[in-house]
Amino acid sequence: MSVVVAIGLGPVGVAPPTVLKIIGHHMMGLFDAESWARTDDAIIWEVRLPRVLLGAIVGAALGVVGVTLQALVRNPLAEPYILGVSSGASAGAAAAILFGVGSWLGRESVSLMAFFGALGALALVLALARSSGRITPSRMLVAGVAVSYLLSAVTSLLILFAESAEGARAVMFWLLGSLANADWSTLPIGYLGMGAGMILVFWWRRRLDLLALGDETAMASGVDPGRTRLQLVVVVAMCVGFAVSLSGGIGFVGLAAPHIARRIIGPIHRHLIPASAALGALMLVWADVAARMVLQPRELPIGVVTGVLGAPVLVALVRKLSHNS
Amino acid sequence: MITATGIDLRLGAVDVLSGAQLSTRPGQVVGLIGPNGSGKSSLLRCLYGMLRPNRGAVLIDDAAIGSMSQRSIARAVAVVTQDASAEGIDISVGEFVLLGRHVHRSDYQGFTDDDRKAVLDGLDMVDMSSFADRSIHNLSGGERQRVLIARCIAQQSPVILLDEPTNHLDVRYQHEVLALVRRLKIDSIVVLHDLNLASRYCDHLALLDHGRVVAQGRPDDVLQSEVLEPVYGIEVRRLADGPHSHFAFGPLST
Repeated sequence: MSVVVAIGLGPVGVAPPTVLKIIGHHMMGLFDAESWARTDDAIIWEVRLPRVLLGAIVGAALGVVGVTLQALVRNPLAEPYILGVSSGASAGAAAAILFGVGSWLGRESVSLMAFFGALGALALVLALARSSGRITPSRMLVAGVAVSYLLSAVTSLLILFAESAEGARAVMFWLLGSLANADWSTLPIGYLGMGAGMILVFWWRRRLDLLALGDETAMASGVDPGRTRLQLVVVVAMCVGFAVSLSGGIGFVGLAAPHIARRIIGPIHRHLIPASAALGALMLVWADVAARMVLQPRELPIGVVTGVLGAPVLVALVRKLSHNS
Repeated sequence: MITATGIDLRLGAVDVLSGAQLSTRPGQVVGLIGPNGSGKSSLLRCLYGMLRPNRGAVLIDDAAIGSMSQRSIARAVAVVTQDASAEGIDISVGEFVLLGRHVHRSDYQGFTDDDRKAVLDGLDMVDMSSFADRSIHNLSGGERQRVLIARCIAQQSPVILLDEPTNHLDVRYQHEVLALVRRLKIDSIVVLHDLNLASRYCDHLALLDHGRVVAQGRPDDVLQSEVLEPVYGIEVRRLADGPHSHFAFGPLST
């Protein structure tokens, strides 16, 4: 429902029934293609639908990753980019855009460099966070923050040296995030990668419950916290790597979706994981609608929208926490 | 059955345990006592894999603990930990006890009616059935310990380890919790501070000092002033009170 309406909204509005007909036509050969405008057809099928589908999977993945990290580091403020993955991706993308690094990777070199940047950042965080073979929550947080700052500095440096206004704008795309690059060729791999990651996290739902209760409790219940943390972090990084390389570093969804879901449905991960996925998807799809509509025909970076909507949620959360303690 | 022998443990630059040994005894409550920093909790943590000793052997039913998965360790040993339920996520008592059943289910399996029955039985044994829907954050200290014990019962492991279960409890609950542990008749090791409680509820005591077990045996044999005074550095007097003895402590009169 939400998806159909969201597809119709934008600088060029298309009514929901027409949207359904166009999708039905493309997928199952239903309806007569003459009953709607050719431009509507192109907008819906080539632009909006892939964009909404990308928003849904990225939003769902960010929500699930947020839940996972909050349990792993036992800190309600953890979010998908706490591992430095976003700044790693931005640095990778900046290197590709501004200096042509990795151009031999072909047409998708920028996305691929963003992906490798994300994984590189994660490897660095894990190397720093390991102490005698175990990953502890506090070390992971500190290492993530340190690597984030380092790689943000690298990105700024790259922009400074490149002295190209156009290049700098392209890098901004990765920093703030956008669904505008969605197209049918990259959607399947995104769905596959992020979908598999989310299924794995759900598979380990009870381990998340136990980790969130404490390392000793986890240990006493047969879950090795250090090893489980490592496994989950790798899965999470893959998810974020896919999300960032397809849509840049979209902030706040991974923080806000789990918190709202937790308020509605409680902290048990069996329910919380699917709820956060649904809420994350919904939030991102509608944030993208807002990004398209607010300043039309110009488009806002989606990171700006999620920031403006997410900040009040964060403030409300902090206020609630201080009330409780 | 757990047997630990010759345990050396270094944490950072500190020798926490040197040559400590400890075993469960069939159907009995073994008390682990000793001054602060003598290594009681550390020794207990070695028994379920939370800490890995630098030297020595921990055997669970004759298998080396290092060769076992965390899950098979947890099937053999249930633990009342110190961190549980004090912080962490806010779930209901029923869900919390149910998570103890994780050791019997692989990751993809949901919990079954057997698991839910084990939870009800566990809560029933500690008299907490009516608390199943209560949040674990809204429990008194005594209720919390009983819930932790219920989780161990639901876990159905043949051994229970308890890390200072009477901490932060008022006198009545201290007795209640330990009386409950005794009634279970499960092989258990309990870390205790209070020598009066140790004397009353344990079948066997091990006295730890500077990472070494310096005395071991029946409470009456261990709780002698010649044994305790050099370890605690205080004067100990035994007072007879019917079938039980009580201890009075004072500074050494030297």
